[in-house]
Amino acid sequence: MTKSYEEITLTPISDTPSTMNITGLWRVVKPVVDKEKCKKCTICWKFCPDAAIALLDGEPIIDLRYCKGCGICAFECPSKCIIMVKEGEQ
Amino acid sequence: MRMVMTGNYASAYGAKLARAEVIAAYPITPQTSIVEKLAEFVSSGDLKAKFIPVESEHSAMAACIAAQTAGARTYTATSSQGLTLMHEVLMWASGARLPIVMTNVSRAMAPPWNVWVDHMDTVAQRDTGWLQFFCRSNQEVLDTIIMAYKICETSGVMLPAMIVEDAFILSHTSEPVDVPEQALVDSFLPAYSPELKLEVGKPMGFGSLVKPDQYMEFRYKAMLGMKEARERILRVEQEFKHIFGREHGGLLDLYECADADVVMVAAGSVASTAMDVVDAMRAKGMRVGLARIRAFRPFPHEELRSLAGKTEGIAVLDRSFTFGAAGAMFTEVKSSIYSCQKRPVVKNYIAGLGGRDITPKILEKIFEDMLVVSKRGAEDEVEWVDVAGLPRRWR
Amino acid sequence: MVIASEVLAKAAFKMGFEVSAFPFFGVERRGAPVTAYARIDDKPIRIKSSIYEPDYVVVLDNTLLRGVDILEGLKPEGRVLVNYPEGKKLENLPPRFKYFVIDATSIAASHGIGSQTAPIVNTAIMGGFARMCDTVSLEAILDSIREEAPVKEEENVAAAKEAYQRTVEATI
Repeated sequence: MTKSYEEITLTPISDTPSTMNITGLWRVVKPVVDKEKCKKCTICWKFCPDAAIALLDGEPIIDLRYCKGCGICAFECPSKCIIMVKEGEQ
Repeated sequence: MRMVMTGNYASAYGAKLARAEVIAAYPITPQTSIVEKLAEFVSSGDLKAKFIPVESEHSAMAACIAAQTAGARTYTATSSQGLTLMHEVLMWASGARLPIVMTNVSRAMAPPWNVWVDHMDTVAQRDTGWLQFFCRSNQEVLDTIIMAYKICETSGVMLPAMIVEDAFILSHTSEPVDVPEQALVDSFLPAYSPELKLEVGKPMGFGSLVKPDQYMEFRYKAMLGMKEARERILRVEQEFKHIFGREHGGLLDLYECADADVVMVAAGSVASTAMDVVDAMRAKGMRVGLARIRAFRPFPHEELRSLAGKTEGIAVLDRSFTFGAAGAMFTEVKSSIYSCQKRPVVKNYIAGLGGRDITPKILEKIFEDMLVVSKRGAEDEVEWVDVAGLPRRWR
Repeated sequence: MVIASEVLAKAAFKMGFEVSAFPFFGVERRGAPVTAYARIDDKPIRIKSSIYEPDYVVVLDNTLLRGVDILEGLKPEGRVLVNYPEGKKLENLPPRFKYFVIDATSIAASHGIGSQTAPIVNTAIMGGFARMCDTVSLEAILDSIREEAPVKEEENVAAAKEAYQRTVEATI
């Protein structure tokens, strides 16, 4: 519902931090890591545009709350140990 | 205390007296001595401010935006290439409704590379939502910086302002300036205290996404801020006059216009020279006047419309050019007075680009031409003055 | 060189005049010809264009006499002060103007201003200016130099004083 110009603030203000925006809900495909093949090179962690990959002893852990399923990690992985699967499968 | 100083030092003193709290700037000729002087003030403790040396003008404005959002009064200065580099963030500053004050030392745009005065850089920012004040003296520079903070920080305005000094002609020219006492400025300009700001413990995001169904309302509000600025400029100047005993002519500074057959409209230092020319021509019996555009934004519509009814011809001197159209001030003057019952002849004179000197003789010839044109009409609405290769001699 | 015009402007200002002083930079580097201007008046100066018809010309570097028309626009009653080696005769200039000479280079060097190979003459020569021009007093010039000189204030003042005393009118 469009607010009147008199009701709005001078400039748009948001008081919800971006962490409350669960972008994981946008996902259509999700990354799955084959731990056997993973060489712990950390390239996927570096390339993730949403910082949705954490490292635990060098192993990538995908944060599914925010991962949008863009597939860049799978594309960049030199060992090809990340595959993108349809949400709901596997 | 009356001292001899350059326009750049006048800017530095203005920012110091206004108690700017955060200064972020990048050097560019001919602005550098503003920032050097401010750095001296900060280093000596004379000015209690945080000085942030940044890696570009874009960053300078970004830093000011951030600091101002956190509740600090900020100041920066730049010129030509630097100002245009900031263009994107200038738009942000006004959309974010932040009363940042900046000196622009108006200088020609490259190429060709040129460090001398013209107004292309400033005029190219007229759409950014910033207030724009053109000064004709170093005193005006100092005074206007102080006034600008008061005007812009008003809750009904909350827009940024640029104070324009002509490159070298004001920036590096030394002339007497009365530097007011700090206590007097403090009595005129209170501390900056915005309603909303970034605060630890009260996290907020500023400038978030707004969809087509709400964006226009924000822009309308900004327009109202600029409208309010019009009235505020006049009121603040009266307050300034009351305390400091000086004023600078409001939005349109009129000189000998009451009974003028033709009036020259101009901005910046050329208007100062033009005042001498007006006096000389009046001594010879010609009735000419000068209307100096002091506030280009907000544009002095009311004042120009009132002037239009009283004169036969308006010569608009543009120290810039909008390629594919005409001089910017000419275009805006003409469109402003279109709705008037009585419309004088209006002609555009493009002069002084890239620091080309505009001599009293040239100004006299412009007035003489306009006196003829106001009776006969203009053959060419736009005439470039003192260009080698064109048949007309101006020197 | 810019300091010279600043010194002049501030000296005149101290005496109660209105002033305007500005440089014109051809190219911002050592060795490029630089011109500085000053206007002095009883009433506030509104004119903001360059000076084309000076009343006084001061030449700090006499090599410019060969390449630059230092007399361009000089008013008929105009006066010229040239930094010129002592003992050498000023030549090849039209006799209709009044010329003054002073060896500001030697004077500056003898007071240790600048280096021996490249003495800085701008304060010394302003002493000469006070001699040539009745409007501005030596006292005001010296006060101004004391404020403007970045270092060696008293040496600069002494140099200007000496230059004032030794400036003479030259016959062409």
